Amino acid sequence: MQQPGRAAEIKAIGIGKSFGSFRALDNLTLDIGRGEFLTLLGPSGSGKTTFLMILAGFVKPSDGRLFSDGVDITERPAEQRAAGMVFQGYALFPHMSVEANIAFPLKVRKKSAAEIKRRVGEMIERVGLKGHETKLPAQLSGGQQQRVALARALVFEPGVLLLDEPFSALDKSLRGQMQAEMKRLHQETGTTFVFVTHDQSEALALSSRVAIFNHGKLLQVGAPDEVYDRPANRFVAEFLGEINMLPLKGVRSADNGAVGLCEDRAVSLRGNADAVSGNAILAIRPEHMSIAREATVGENGIAATAIASTYLGAATRLDLTTRQGARVTVSVPNEVAAAALSKGNSVWLTWPAEKGFLLPDGG
Amino acid sequence: MRGILSDRMGAALLMAPLLLFLVLAYAWPFLGVVKWSVTLPTPGLGQYGALATDPLVQSVFIRTLRIALIVTLVSVAAAYAITVVWVRGSPVQRVVAEFCILVPFWISVLTRAFGWVALLSNRGLINTWLQSIGFITEPLALVRNEFGVIVGMTHFLIPFAVFPLASAMRSLDDRVLLAARGLGSSRMRTFWSVFVPMTRSGIIGSALIVFVFSLGFFVTPAILGGGRSVMIAELIYLRIFQSPDWGLGAAISVVLVLFVGALMALLFRYVRPKQLV
Repeated sequence: MQQPGRAAEIKAIGIGKSFGSFRALDNLTLDIGRGEFLTLLGPSGSGKTTFLMILAGFVKPSDGRLFSDGVDITERPAEQRAAGMVFQGYALFPHMSVEANIAFPLKVRKKSAAEIKRRVGEMIERVGLKGHETKLPAQLSGGQQQRVALARALVFEPGVLLLDEPFSALDKSLRGQMQAEMKRLHQETGTTFVFVTHDQSEALALSSRVAIFNHGKLLQVGAPDEVYDRPANRFVAEFLGEINMLPLKGVRSADNGAVGLCEDRAVSLRGNADAVSGNAILAIRPEHMSIAREATVGENGIAATAIASTYLGAATRLDLTTRQGARVTVSVPNEVAAAALSKGNSVWLTWPAEKGFLLPDGG
Repeated sequence: MRGILSDRMGAALLMAPLLLFLVLAYAWPFLGVVKWSVTLPTPGLGQYGALATDPLVQSVFIRTLRIALIVTLVSVAAAYAITVVWVRGSPVQRVVAEFCILVPFWISVLTRAFGWVALLSNRGLINTWLQSIGFITEPLALVRNEFGVIVGMTHFLIPFAVFPLASAMRSLDDRVLLAARGLGSSRMRTFWSVFVPMTRSGIIGSALIVFVFSLGFFVTPAILGGGRSVMIAELIYLRIFQSPDWGLGAAISVVLVLFVGALMALLFRYVRPKQLV
């Protein structure tokens, strides 16, 4: 579907997919930029994999149109789209050697033997599989199979590389290594990458943008820091990491932000307050809250009681309850946690105004 | 049982009656056959020597191998097509294919052989029809020759060839086929360079089963061959019951059993399901 070696730009307009009465994907509109690394993130059954399969051409959407570089490819079969694809479990050809696996997409394109040999050789070098050329997939480790899958999907220089939870079978250290490798391959090839995962830390670490799915709907798209720090709703906020939520009353706009009452104390926020007034939820990530001895005038803060601590090595996780019974978790230096627990457990929780954000009440 | 016998011992005990039956019903009589082959009419390996030189025996052996080979090729190819429809077709296609595979099992081999005679003989349906539309003037020799034997045996053996193929096709990971198409391979190409090689273990298993079955076929060649296309089993029958030459008949049996045994050993080596897929 693309010129070889040129990253594709993809436009999905109003894509929907129903399986019987089950709506797997609903009215999805999304632009995937040239050379972007986009992650589709969501729990299982959220529609992210269905969307990937629609991009690959394996699943036909029930509604909507799909464009690649401005050309409508909605009806185009998978083999003519030729997006590179890395499957969960790799889906290598078990009867072919490493070399033959990687050569396959070039062979079906009827490249000359000399060109195939050269490009396969380059690719094997690039993914670090030298010395394994004649082995069968079954003789390789999980990480090596992963490399073969990546090499096979990239060797024909597709405009877009689609990856379906490629690291789910790898152990943690290997995962980190392969993530770094994939990032490098993305930079080297400049190809558009669309990556499906249910692991939020993977999504945040790898992507230029993250698209969060739930129940067949695309909830939010944005850069990792954008979706993490400014989630559009409660689901996104919670899915991307632990978060504290405090009820906020009497919210109204103020100079560059908003003010409201949190447990009868005035607190202020920066940014996204325009849409909300009245009651709302104030959300703050655990690492953005800290413990103070007492209240400071003009700073956000509420009283709380420390009830439990969990030692995490680099820091301690402290569980607290506020006076009105809200549960709060903070991540604090180890010695701060010890002190908080020792002196009658009563502490003062503070956070910078720009780190709190509003979510609609009940949403 | 637990604590007294291991699971393995328990399983062995459960199978013991069957093993005992097989020993009494097959192994023991077979030893008798082996004994005849080296004692009749005079003690010694004379009958095996005769086997190696007797042109009639040799021609029957060669014909049997040739027929078995052709039947194997045709049956496996036909079974492959049917199995693809059965395992990967639409729901309706699956039901139709399953029906076609199972129905032959309900009809006895004898009935089927005579059915083919009715179809293939000089005044059979096929010849009559071809003559009536003027396609041929003289009836074609479709039966009482090797052709008839091959048709009848292939028809009988296709359903047996289906099962090893079906199990190989069922265990195949669909994502590998998707991967091939996603990498730009047409459906045709995916079938030939991915699907077929990945079902290799099924093809080998299926071919060996059909081949081994064909070697020992008796009823179908006896009826459709009309005495002109004699295969090994029929030759053994003739040597035992008609020209009493028990020693030679026994020697042929022993060679056949050893040959089939070697093929079975090969089969079990290749069709350990997990090993290849």
